Amino acid sequence: MSSFAESKRMPGSEWFKNRPRSLEGVYAGSKSVLQLLYPVLKRILPARFTERVFVWSEEVTKGYLFNCQMCGQCILHSTGMTCPMNCPKNLRNGPCGGVRQNGHCEVIPEMPCVWVQAWQRDAQMGRYGGEIQLLQPPVNRALQNSSAWLNQLEGVDAQRPSGWSTIELE
Amino acid sequence: MANPDQASSAGEWALHGGESHLRQVLEAGHFAVTAELNAPDSADAEDVYANVAELGDVCDGINATDGSGANCHMSSVACCALMARAGYEPVLQMGCRDRNRIAIQGDLLGAAALGVRNVLCLTGDDVSAGDQPEARRVFDFDALHLLRTAQIMRDQGVLLSGRKLTTPPEFFLGAAANPFVPPQDLRHLRLAKKIEAGAQFIQTQYCYDVPIFEAFMRRARDMGLHEKVYLLVGVGPLRSERAAEFMRSRVPGVHIPDAVVDRLAKTPRKGKREEGIRICVEIIEEVKQIEGVHGVHIMAYRQEETVPEIVERAGILREKPKE
Ligand code: SF4
Repeated sequence: MSSFAESKRMPGSEWFKNRPRSLEGVYAGSKSVLQLLYPVLKRILPARFTERVFVWSEEVTKGYLFNCQMCGQCILHSTGMTCPMNCPKNLRNGPCGGVRQNGHCEVIPEMPCVWVQAWQRDAQMGRYGGEIQLLQPPVNRALQNSSAWLNQLEGVDAQRPSGWSTIELE
Repeated sequence: MANPDQASSAGEWALHGGESHLRQVLEAGHFAVTAELNAPDSADAEDVYANVAELGDVCDGINATDGSGANCHMSSVACCALMARAGYEPVLQMGCRDRNRIAIQGDLLGAAALGVRNVLCLTGDDVSAGDQPEARRVFDFDALHLLRTAQIMRDQGVLLSGRKLTTPPEFFLGAAANPFVPPQDLRHLRLAKKIEAGAQFIQTQYCYDVPIFEAFMRRARDMGLHEKVYLLVGVGPLRSERAAEFMRSRVPGVHIPDAVVDRLAKTPRKGKREEGIRICVEIIEEVKQIEGVHGVHIMAYRQEETVPEIVERAGILREKPKE
C-alpha cells in the first residue's frame, strides 16, 4: 500500500461514492438544515466550541466517505462527490495528462485517478451534474484544517483573491 | 540573426519586445511548426545555442521545457531569455510542480521583461518521474489557475492580489492537451475548460495514435473549440522499439500503440532510425488533413538534428520572410 494520505479509502466508502445521486441529495438536504439552524447555533454557542464540533464532525463523516483532506473550501458537489484534494497534485479543475492507460493515477499507481472517477460520477448526478466544468479558483491554503461547513455558512470559502474576482465580475 | 554576444544592451533586447511571432504566423493561417529545445545540463549559454542551432531555421517557435520528466536542467526562463536575445522565438513552458503562486507570477513578469511572449501553462510531471523523487511537490496552482492568472496579469494589469502592474506583460497563452490517456471520451471537456481559462494555443502530447486523436478532434469540433484555439499536434521520431518501450512505460502520459512498436521491432537495426522518422512524417501528413489542426510541435529529444529533415519531408517547410 502506498504511504500517501491521498490514497486512503475506508472500507465501504467507495460503495457510497458510487451513488453520487444519493450523496448530492444528502448534501443539499444538510446544507439547507444547517443554513436554518446556524443563526440560532451562532447565538447560543461559543464560536470556538461550534468550530471544534464542526471540524470534528467533518473529520468523521467526510473523512470516512471522501478521505477529506480538510482544505476548508469544499467543492465536492461540483466534482462528482469525489474529493479533488485526494489528487496528489491537488488539481481542482480536472485530470492531468499523466493518467495511466488503466485509468490509474500517475503518482500513486495503485489508486484510480480521482478525476476519472469524478467525471464519471458527475455524469450521473442531477442537481449539480455538469458543475464539474466550472472553473475553480486557486485553493486558499490559509483555510487548511478549518471547517468547510462554517466557511460556507460565513461566506469565507466564496472569497476570491481580488485579482481573480475582477475577471469573474465581467 | 543577431549575434548573442552583441545583443546585450537593453535597447537590443527591446527589439524582440513586440508581439508574439508565433501568434502572427498562426493568425496568418500558416501551418505552424514548433519544436522542443533540449535544455542543457550546463551553466554555459553556448550549450543552449548549440542545441537550438538545428531548430531555428525551420521553426516558428521553440519550447524550453521546465524540468520535464521532473529532471533538473537549465531553467526554462533562462533558456528562453537566451533564445530571445539571439533572435529566436521562445515558448516558455511553466509548470506548477516547483513553484508556488508568488514565484509563478514573479517568473512570468521576469520572462516578459526578457522578451518572452509565448507561455505554455502546464501542470507538470510529478517529482516521482525524475531522478530526485525525494523532492517536495508544490502544486499550489493547477494549470488552469496558472493560465487564468497569466491572463489576469495581461488583461487586467494586476497581480492576483489585485496589486497594479506598472507595465503588464504581453502574452500569447498556451496549454497542453493529452487526448491519448483516460478518460479519452471526455478529454475535450478539459480542452474547453482550458480555453475558458485563457488558452489561445494548444500543444498536445505525442501523437502516435491518429484514430484516437481524430475522435478527440471530432468532439472538440462539435463544441466549436477548433475555432477558438490554435492546436498544434505533438509528434516526434522514435529511435527504436526500445526507446518506444521506455517512453510508454516510464514517461508519464505517453501512449504508443503496439503496431508502432512492432513496426520498429521488425525493422533491421540499421534502418530503425529512418523508420522512426518515416513514422513521424506519416503522422504529420495524416494529422495535417484533420480540420482544426493548425500546426505541429516536434519533440525530438536528443535527435534535434532530425527536425529539419522531418519538416522538409512532411512538406511543411515554409519560406521565412527575411527579418
Ligand atoms: S492522475 Fe489523476 S489523481 Fe493522479 S495526479 Fe493526475 S489528475 Fe491527480
